[in-house]
Amino acid sequence: MTDARRPRTLQVEIKSLRRAAYFFLAPALLPIFLFFFVPALAAFLLSFTDFDIYALGNFQYVRFVGLKNYFQLLQDPLFWKATANTFYYVLVGGPLAIAASLGTALLLHSRVIRFKGFFRTVYFAPVVTTLVAVAVVWRFLYHPRFGLLNYVLGFFGIDPIDWLGDPNWAMPAIILMSMWKNFGYNMIIFIAGLQSIPEQLYEAARMDGANAWQQFTSITLPLLMPTTVFVSIIAMIGNFQLFTEPYVMTQGGPVNSTLSLVLLMYQQGFRWWNLGYSAAIAFVLFGIILAGSLLQTWLQKRREA
Amino acid sequence: MGAEGESVQRLMPEFHRRHPEIEVKIQSIPWTAAHEKLLTAYAGNSLPDMCQLGNTWIPEFALLAALENLNGWLDSSTTVKPEHYFPGIWDTNVLEGAAFGIPWYVDTRLLFYRKDILQRAGYAHAPRTWQEWLEVSRRIKQLPGGENNYAILLPTNEWAPFVITGLQAGSRLLRDGNRYGDFSGAAFTRAFEFLMQFYRDKLAPVGITQVTNIYQGMAEGFFAMYLTGPWNIGEFRKRMPADLQDDWMTAPLPGPDEHTPGVSLAGGSSLVMFKSSRHKPQVWKLIAYLSEARQQLEFYRITGDLPAVRAAWQDTSLANNLHVQAFYRQLEYVVPTPKIPEWEQIAMKVQQYAEIASLQRRPLTEVLAALDRDIDLILEKRRWLLELKSHD
Repeated sequence: MTDARRPRTLQVEIKSLRRAAYFFLAPALLPIFLFFFVPALAAFLLSFTDFDIYALGNFQYVRFVGLKNYFQLLQDPLFWKATANTFYYVLVGGPLAIAASLGTALLLHSRVIRFKGFFRTVYFAPVVTTLVAVAVVWRFLYHPRFGLLNYVLGFFGIDPIDWLGDPNWAMPAIILMSMWKNFGYNMIIFIAGLQSIPEQLYEAARMDGANAWQQFTSITLPLLMPTTVFVSIIAMIGNFQLFTEPYVMTQGGPVNSTLSLVLLMYQQGFRWWNLGYSAAIAFVLFGIILAGSLLQTWLQKRREA
Repeated sequence: MGAEGESVQRLMPEFHRRHPEIEVKIQSIPWTAAHEKLLTAYAGNSLPDMCQLGNTWIPEFALLAALENLNGWLDSSTTVKPEHYFPGIWDTNVLEGAAFGIPWYVDTRLLFYRKDILQRAGYAHAPRTWQEWLEVSRRIKQLPGGENNYAILLPTNEWAPFVITGLQAGSRLLRDGNRYGDFSGAAFTRAFEFLMQFYRDKLAPVGITQVTNIYQGMAEGFFAMYLTGPWNIGEFRKRMPADLQDDWMTAPLPGPDEHTPGVSLAGGSSLVMFKSSRHKPQVWKLIAYLSEARQQLEFYRITGDLPAVRAAWQDTSLANNLHVQAFYRQLEYVVPTPKIPEWEQIAMKVQQYAEIASLQRRPLTEVLAALDRDIDLILEKRRWLLELKSHD
């Protein structure tokens, strides 16, 4: 009899514990629900309506249009242009930025470098600088006639490049700037990852006669894998949401060569006030990011298996 | 907005002297963000008492019922009168008989050209008709070095030339009470074909990357003509080399034939009062103050923005300025673009299709039919609303 009763008291206990847990979680969950899930749900519903400037003036002028916004999106050349640009930024800019942060992290972690604290601070400084201020400075650097970058290229006999005015160069210019601005953040995470690798492993490797490259590929890289996956997922999510850089530097131009999905969403939503259409873009982007994250975790699992 | 927001501060001491009881707070916002900011302010119920509004934005804010109808204020005013303004400009502020804005400064497009190059091509004056325009362009192209240079710059990231020639040819741009696009109509097609000739005969560079600096391009003679607005008078004076300062000139736009003056766009900014304001009499005092010829002239001296009040143009600083005088003549012939909130979106489409037409060799009628299809899509909501209202 006692045996039969014991699980029940345990259950009751768990139940009351759970209730207590929810009680303590409520102050965090409630705002998340109110300020995140409710607006996200509202935006999702919005994407099935034709909410626009007329509806803003009079709420009776909203119509439910089903999937029309999504179908229209598929036929919109600007949407495809923005999608291509965004993928360009993610697939080229993302790996480059991660390579840069890993490289500097390795340098700052190595024994040969002095004044590590100083360099760490210097490399991290752009991350905490306001992007708008950074953009103003970089626009000077990129100036076709007076910019430092073209001045330096001139030494190598390279003709001046109109960095932000030429459709072929505008996106590389944006990538370069945002790389410089953001690599410090991932660098810090990589340094933390490197510091958590036990020193004994390297000692053992050296005893076995492994050279520096072998140590790097057999110890550092595999043990850094979880950090790399984390960094690349976070970076990918961030990169898909490219907005401020083109908004401040180029406004999406020239000839839409730096128009990103979020910038298109912003223009549709707040320039033309087509909020329904803009919400549809947001959910397509959500789908893309979700698929990207799932793909990356799946690849990681397969590698482990 | 932009530079105006800062410059207007300098007109304020005199206003404060006359009305010490009124406190004016001026907030300057950049043009690129102004539209978004004002609409968001409307949605958030935090509009200012008054503001400067680009006159093509008036229909949109009037539709939202955000703007005060100024007819009553005008009737009781002794200083601000519609007849003080250029009729085409005044018209942009009027919707169904109600004035929603008072013109503050004006803007239109006209022809900036290199006198010396046109002279070498045998033209002592600016082209006055489309035929002369094309003719002088062909002759410029035949000048020595013409194979590497162009006659005119018609950048496809500006919609104005395409819309202006359409209006000149007599197109209303939209039809059936602004319910459908009329860009595939005969008048617009004629204008569009005319402009496309400049690209096809290599009289105008295709694409926008060949000219990164228009002042340099004009100085080098890479092109000899360009359609642009009053803000470029100051820029040309600043940026053209000193030995070319006597060689550039402005002229009203050529028209489709000898009897039709070449109309241009009725642009500019107006001062509007928001319905939500709780200080309307004071706001009107400020609008009236800024509309005085003296203040308009002072504002022109500070910013170079052309005065909306015609009396201000009699001052020697404007009357003796050859570059500015062409604008005065052009401003007699200006027409507004369709006064509907969708206009800016439509203008962007026109620009997009002009770019396509200049790059590809597709039949123009096909391009314009596609443009109309896109525009009809934009206007679908408007048609539905008009239908709804007609049933009420």
